[in-house]
Amino acid sequence: MYKIVTKKELAPNIYLIEVAAADVAAKSNPGQFVIIRLDEKGERVPLTIAGVDFEKGTVATAFHAVGRTTKKLAKMNAGDSITDLSGPLGNPAEVGKFGRVLLVGGGVWCAPLRYVAQALRKNGNKLVVVAAGRTENDMVYENELKAIADEFHVASDDGSKGHEGLGFLADVLKTQKFDYAVAMGQVSLLKKVVDLTRPYGLKTMVTLASLMVDGTGMCGACRVTVAGETKFACMDGPEFNGLDVDFEELVSRQRVYLPEERMASMIHDKLGGGVKRG
Amino acid sequence: MDKEQRKHEIPMAKQDVLDRIHNFYEVALGYTEEQAMAEAERCLQCPNPRCVTGCPVEVPIPQFIKEIKEGNFLAASKKVKEKNSLPAVCGRVCPQENQCQQMCVLGKMGDPISIGRLERFASDFERRNGVTVPELEKAAVTGKVAIVGSGPAGLTAAADLVKLGHEVVMFESLHLAGGVLMYGIPEFRLPKEIVQSEVQYIKKLGVDVKTNYTIGRIYNIDELFAEGFDAIFVGSGAGLPNFMRIPGENLGGVYSANEFLIRVNLMKGYLFPEYDTPIRIGKKVAVIGGGNVAMDSARCSLRLGAEEVYIVYRRSREELPARAEEAENAEEEGIIFRLLNNPTKFVGDESGWVKGMECIKMELGAPDASGRRRPVPIEGSEFMMDVDTAIIAIGQTPNPLIQRTTEGLETTRHGTIVTQEETGATTKDGVYAGGDVVSGAATVISAMGAGKTAAKSMHEYILKKKAAK
Repeated sequence: MYKIVTKKELAPNIYLIEVAAADVAAKSNPGQFVIIRLDEKGERVPLTIAGVDFEKGTVATAFHAVGRTTKKLAKMNAGDSITDLSGPLGNPAEVGKFGRVLLVGGGVWCAPLRYVAQALRKNGNKLVVVAAGRTENDMVYENELKAIADEFHVASDDGSKGHEGLGFLADVLKTQKFDYAVAMGQVSLLKKVVDLTRPYGLKTMVTLASLMVDGTGMCGACRVTVAGETKFACMDGPEFNGLDVDFEELVSRQRVYLPEERMASMIHDKLGGGVKRG
Repeated sequence: MDKEQRKHEIPMAKQDVLDRIHNFYEVALGYTEEQAMAEAERCLQCPNPRCVTGCPVEVPIPQFIKEIKEGNFLAASKKVKEKNSLPAVCGRVCPQENQCQQMCVLGKMGDPISIGRLERFASDFERRNGVTVPELEKAAVTGKVAIVGSGPAGLTAAADLVKLGHEVVMFESLHLAGGVLMYGIPEFRLPKEIVQSEVQYIKKLGVDVKTNYTIGRIYNIDELFAEGFDAIFVGSGAGLPNFMRIPGENLGGVYSANEFLIRVNLMKGYLFPEYDTPIRIGKKVAVIGGGNVAMDSARCSLRLGAEEVYIVYRRSREELPARAEEAENAEEEGIIFRLLNNPTKFVGDESGWVKGMECIKMELGAPDASGRRRPVPIEGSEFMMDVDTAIIAIGQTPNPLIQRTTEGLETTRHGTIVTQEETGATTKDGVYAGGDVVSGAATVISAMGAGKTAAKSMHEYILKKKAAK
């Protein structure tokens, strides 16, 4: 069992939890993920690591309570325990010295993005950071990101906060020379960013939280075509150069379990915590 | 018992086919006490038993059968466990027909003795009546051993080493120990409760089982040595699924058998939404491959409600690598065999879901390196199969994580770890390996045999190491 040590609501329906897992904390790096399973009947859900505290021996991760598991997790509190937490999994993000780096995070993903940004900054990079969201309501870690950015932007799809959409990035890219870019967010956001950076041939690393089951290379559910080759996000990624990713296929693969996920989520809402267990 | 009676085995009851295709309960029902004793009666109790020579873990077969014959079922189970720590598993999934039973003298004139069924009976009896753990003797010299992977090889090595007095820590990357016994083999062939009860036995022997530890990510092998382990056994299996590398393979509805079976078995997807992990199955399912994994995938598909399930295999019936019993069970359940066919591409609908599979007909040519006749495509024989789910079961290769993260560990071009066959020693001092990670995908019992061999050499290695200090 792994105890939830702290829980914070970062924005409506977006939470950050710190979970006691000293061995995992000691070995985690930015860009890696953990897989959690809430209880004996739970599914395995990958969550990207948003930070660690070596002294407390905790791993932090943020989640948006939209699916069955994350909704259940949102109802748990500090002091409660989850059955399984496995990690760190996946390869660490590249955080070398590149020069000027563009970072774009979408919604809840700004939390793990900060963990990557911190490491990039520590290694002497100049950071231009964009915190994006669908609306002003799903922005997290704005202040924290702003504090470590050399230049900081906010954008929302509906224009309720900051720039409306990511279109402004076209100008940013035109007027500044970047050496490296990192995007973390929903696949739609990743694709938008890559579409903008592609004309400059700018290496744009995207983190692919595809459908994973085991997270250790066993199932291949997370396969994705990168530069014409099938890769496993869990083994070869989760970070890939977005310029090489087949986004069309990725979007279609991510839809595979939508009907079941909607159903499970609905059951959760109706029955308040899950179906009868017996 | 007269000669004629001795020729015929006591059959084991199976769940009726019309019932079992709708449930995940065990197909084979096991012997009753009377049946077991009657079957045991057939054993000739050879003074030089050949059956034992066919067993990779050297179970004292005539001795445990004698106990059953005399009605000492608990004693029979203990006899088996002297050598085999996973008897309920072996009794169910070992290919006895190619091993112990193939050597049985009775087989020359009739049916060999049903060693697997008797082993299953004895261990099931003990489980129902409360498992007891033997008192372990304290050893003079002991060490600390890490076992990486909790499948059949790891469980066997762990049990043998803990019995020799060593401190044993077993690391498993998934949330439950058992490896392929948990994620691969379906409930209706090997109930998961039984696997967990065997794991419990090994824990009770004193093995510390750490789940959720993916070695190669959290610690690598050298870090384990730095943590104070004297020797390490790698039994990380063949977990990486092979794909066919044909167009359309990444469409929705195309699964690796590993993904499909993990969702169904380990995550209990067949009980969705009571369990949280979904599994989507269509009406027409094609399973590509002809091994046990293919049979398991096909039979699971049927139980999940598929209307038509095909086994698509590129060679003929004769070359089918599955256990004969499993292929027969599959056929009995209505799985349709499309032999000498090989897929060439998958076609999707507008939403990215598979809707068809193009195949080409094959014929058998000259024998290849494996000694089997090589399948050759018949030009121009392509045809379409209407399918809405495809499961690729053409084999697995070892997960490369440990090989990639361990310096000095030699591997083959197939990604398997190089070992000395007699000892299980790898090219790295103190590191031993066995099971599918060495042999490539093979059987549970051969992995157990390798675990046993490695345990013996690791014990000697530790004694030598401690003596040198």
